[in-house]
Amino acid sequence: MIGLSHYLTVGALLFTIGVLGIFLNRRNVILMLMAIELILLAVNINLVAFSAYLGDLTGQVLAMFVLTVAAAEAAIGLAILVIFFRRRGSIAVDDVNRMHG
Amino acid sequence: MITILAFYLFAVLTVASAIAVIFARNPVHSVLWLIVAFFNAAGLMLILGAEFIAMLLVIVYVGAVAVLFLFVVMMLDIDFASLRSGFSRNLPFGVIIALVLLGEVIVADCAWKAGPTLGGREIPAAKVPNVVALGQLLYTKYLFAFEIAGLILLVAMIGAIVLTHRSRRDRRPQNISRQIARRPDEAVKTVNPGVGEGMKL
Repeated sequence: MIGLSHYLTVGALLFTIGVLGIFLNRRNVILMLMAIELILLAVNINLVAFSAYLGDLTGQVLAMFVLTVAAAEAAIGLAILVIFFRRRGSIAVDDVNRMHG
Repeated sequence: MITILAFYLFAVLTVASAIAVIFARNPVHSVLWLIVAFFNAAGLMLILGAEFIAMLLVIVYVGAVAVLFLFVVMMLDIDFASLRSGFSRNLPFGVIIALVLLGEVIVADCAWKAGPTLGGREIPAAKVPNVVALGQLLYTKYLFAFEIAGLILLVAMIGAIVLTHRSRRDRRPQNISRQIARRPDEAVKTVNPGVGEGMKL
């Protein structure tokens, strides 16, 4: 029988993979943003699983808001990435600190 | 039985494609694996009975966010090979940290049994369709949060446009205020002087 723990384990695995992705691709901002999306997906899976097993829809409402914020974050993040690339010609985040306003 | 099979199918595919996202050499492949991960997560949510969230995942993540990523990856001319330089150096340490984190999160996840109550182990059957129930909650109790979510999207849209919009220097657009403020005495005029009379400036 599939219980809550199964879903929580999937969520934990996805979360860890996301953190690992941020850690490994420290120079590539696009992959970091994708890893953040994976982390938010893990959070969503946890929220929906708890919501379903508790019979309380609040978790799903919260998952919807997480989705909204994730979409907004992706749009702004990619916009910042585009102007950064225009200015410097690369997206290596090692030298972001040279931007200084 | 079919539920168990479907769960393991979706769960394994979600985790496998998530691993492929961060290990793929080509970022376009990463985005495509991300799409696979989102589709399978939507399948997981369908099994949980959250149909609306599942459809939202497919529409918002696959239809908007992943396509946005794909646009950016393909639009910018990036040398991705040089960006992978620290990858293998960080790999052993990163995997150790990830395993520790995974163990911790799983221990924390299993602690839900220690909580006050969680009802039965089965998913309780829904009395009304998921979308109806969600709408009834969203438009009453969470109305303000819902509207703020809309505002966040508006701010994100305006912010993205303001950030990426640039006025190009190589174009010469019409300057309407300058055109209206123009006076005849500062304008160039055509004259036709007679022969031998000279010009008066």
